[in-house]
Amino acid sequence: MQKSLLMIPSKCTGCSQCELACSYAKEEAFNAAKSRIKIFDFPEKSRHVPYTCTQCAEAWCMKACPVDAISEDKKTGAKIVSAELCVGCKVCTIACPFGTINYQQDTGKVVKCDLCGGDPECVKICPTEAILYVNADATGDARMREWAAKSDEASDVTPN
Amino acid sequence: MTYVIVGAGPAGVAAAETLAKTAKGSEIILVGGEPEPPYSRMAIPYVLTGSVGEDGTYLRKTENWYEDRNIRYIHGRAESLSTGDSALRLARGEEMKFEKLLISTGARPIKPPVPGLDLEGVHHCWTLEDVRNIKGLTGEGKDVILIGAGFIGSIILEALLESGSNLTVVEAEDRMVPRMMNQVAGNMIKAWCEKKGVTVLTSTRVAGVAQADGGRLEVDLGGNKKTVDLVVVAAGVKPNADFLEGSGIEVEDGILVDNHLKTSADNVYAAGDCAKGPDYSGGWSVHAIQPTAVEHGRIAALNMAGQVTPYKGSLQMNVLDTAGLISTSVGLFDGVEGGEEAEDLNEQRFKYIRLTFKGDYMIGALTLGRTDQVGVLRGLIHTPVSLGPWKQKLMADPAKFVEAYIDRTQVI
Ligand SMILES: Cc1cc2nc3c(=O)[nH]c(=O)nc-3n(C[C@H](O)[C@H](O)[C@H](O)COP(=O)(O)OP(=O)(O)OC[C@H]3O[C@@H](n4cnc5c(N)ncnc54)[C@H](O)[C@@H]3O)c2cc1C
Ligand code: SF4
Repeated sequence: MQKSLLMIPSKCTGCSQCELACSYAKEEAFNAAKSRIKIFDFPEKSRHVPYTCTQCAEAWCMKACPVDAISEDKKTGAKIVSAELCVGCKVCTIACPFGTINYQQDTGKVVKCDLCGGDPECVKICPTEAILYVNADATGDARMREWAAKSDEASDVTPN
Repeated sequence: MTYVIVGAGPAGVAAAETLAKTAKGSEIILVGGEPEPPYSRMAIPYVLTGSVGEDGTYLRKTENWYEDRNIRYIHGRAESLSTGDSALRLARGEEMKFEKLLISTGARPIKPPVPGLDLEGVHHCWTLEDVRNIKGLTGEGKDVILIGAGFIGSIILEALLESGSNLTVVEAEDRMVPRMMNQVAGNMIKAWCEKKGVTVLTSTRVAGVAQADGGRLEVDLGGNKKTVDLVVVAAGVKPNADFLEGSGIEVEDGILVDNHLKTSADNVYAAGDCAKGPDYSGGWSVHAIQPTAVEHGRIAALNMAGQVTPYKGSLQMNVLDTAGLISTSVGLFDGVEGGEEAEDLNEQRFKYIRLTFKGDYMIGALTLGRTDQVGVLRGLIHTPVSLGPWKQKLMADPAKFVEAYIDRTQVI
């Protein structure tokens, strides 16, 4: 069964430990700017939201890649970028409607969450269990529609 | 069922793979017009810079990928199509019968009517063969003129610059990437490229090219002359649809299709750069980009296989890297009448963002100097996501588009 990361914003304190753990695991640097997971702040709602790739089955990035540089990790279902094959064209960064695959200018390649091979560092470090590693089967298409539908609901429920 | 797909670029390959999955047991024949395995045109600049070899451009890297999916890949160029008896004639005289045909022949570059563009040393940068031809003419100490600074031209510019050539780019319109950028952003890209050592001549036309000594070329820039080793032409394209003459299939600036990507003939579909498909932003357009080619290929194949799938339309979206300045352009960035727009500009730091809106929705965006989460711009526009209170917030601070997306699509 494919698993993916589930974020629970109400539990997130915005401490940034996930960003640091991620950047350290992936880049050997404590640098939130290099993390695959990002925290966005909503001061008016007193909320912090961890945000990263949902490993959607439709994988816009994977389909758009012109050189077969993104593949699925059969074990975890994560969509993985091969730094060797990636030419740095950035097509995936605009094709992904979630904006969770990003270009790094210093390496000339794109990076995204790869679920750390099935043992995500962000999940392990989060002191409040705001990031969980759970079963997932929603496709990208369904998820996008679902999110769009949610946004309509949200306009009635949360007039911030 | 016999499916023939003519044209083995990203659109054709996506279609063949989709058919292999959805129309199991069918015969799927993919006809490619170039000698190499199916490859990606857009990876060619990286062969020019030497960052990958030719095989780095291949669309699929796994051995026996096509065979394993029962896709028969053959070489051949289509010469004519008879819709009456469902037959495609190839250059070597072979006739192929089909039950359903997909045309995914892409486009080819055109030469503007300028004298001397047939001389040796004048090339396009469109095929692997082109790259082989121009590679030796680029590099340290080589002088190169690039004609055209549109999207494709500007990508080639990046590769030529990286190869170390002395580069002059000539654009007839008044700014760089005129169809992808507005005046503000186009001018900033020009200023940036000039800072990086490129000579950028906008509102300039090449009057002619003549043979010079030592195999070099003399380029007349309307009075001012320059001698160079190589002229690269990136001044527009036309669809590879000549073989459809007499077939009855309607072609304008692309093959006309309906919103199931079916052409004017019942069992013939078209996809990718050769097709004028439904435009999400309104009407019908040739969106000559990789993501559109793949989406077209997939949707056309589903419809060919009998899974009726209307297409909501492609969104124009480009990311460009000009000598390290990264820009993105999505949808109707100029805005529409009765719509609204928000901008944030820092010319000194080469940072710019512009969002356009209609009612409760975002319809277009431009960014300069940003790489993070640019895909969200597509998410907001193409889903589309209703903005609610975020519309006013984005009008005040357009850089907050990711927050807008998260807040409007998730319960936070
Ligand atoms: C230098 C360059 C850089 C680019 N950069 C980007 C970018 O950064 N982002 C982006 O989104 N897009 C980019 N593009 C555009 C992108 O490559 C195209 O949109 C995409 O390749 C279109 O795919 P397609 O399958 O429709 O056509 P093509 O890739 O052109 O494939 C068509 C195939 O059909 C074959 N063919 C043609 N005529 C016949 C015939 N009569 N019989 C048989 N076969 C035939 C051709 O040989 C070719 O193999 C770039 C293009 C170029 C040239
Ligand atoms: S940037 Fe790399 S991974 Fe993304 S589409 Fe281009 S080659 Fe593929």
